[in-house]
Amino acid sequence: MVKPTKVMNSIRALRFAASEMTQADLADRVGMTRQTIIAIEQGRYSPSLEVAFKIARVFGVSLDDVFQYPEDPS
Amino acid sequence: MSFEQKLTWVNTATTVIVVAVYAWIVGGQIAAGPVADIAYQKPMIIAVCAMIVLTIAGAIATAIGTAVGIEISGKGSVDDIDRKDERDVHINRRGDLVGYYVSSVLMLGAFTLTMLEFPHFWIANAMFVAFVIAGLSSSAVKLVAYHRGF
Repeated sequence: MVKPTKVMNSIRALRFAASEMTQADLADRVGMTRQTIIAIEQGRYSPSLEVAFKIARVFGVSLDDVFQYPEDPS
Repeated sequence: MSFEQKLTWVNTATTVIVVAVYAWIVGGQIAAGPVADIAYQKPMIIAVCAMIVLTIAGAIATAIGTAVGIEISGKGSVDDIDRKDERDVHINRRGDLVGYYVSSVLMLGAFTLTMLEFPHFWIANAMFVAFVIAGLSSSAVKLVAYHRGF
């Protein structure tokens, strides 16, 4: 069973929009392992703020365009 | 599977194999006579050294195997085999913390045996088992974290 994080992301869509960038390419550009990029994409790991900014910078978008944190329904 | 995850598997397999051999050699002598007569010291030292040596050898073999796999598949770079990132660091930290707690609790058992003046055989082996279980708990937490998410 996979434990999801609350943080959602659009990395997969952004990769495809960026000339179908591979997970390995993105991992190289932000200095992470491909496994961590996969975990982030699948919502199994929330990266540090520093890595989040690096990912956003690779795609040339703001942090909010990459990561979303939905509000509690309460 | 990341290199760190592979190393955790190597560490776990090494520990299980070495402890099984140790238990087979030493445990078989318990029923044969008083524990004071069991020469457990040498097998225990050999077991600890074997764990260290086999873990290092396993890590080298894993690195070579991964490099060969990369060369054959053409995916990835050999230079990045041992790349480690913040997720690996966090997972290692959590695993090590759990291992520390487990060893701390199990060491209370060894202290109790000492205070009750049990034979050295039982005290030494209780400490050995405490370290082994702590190591395996740490590895289990890391492997679950890699699999389930962190």
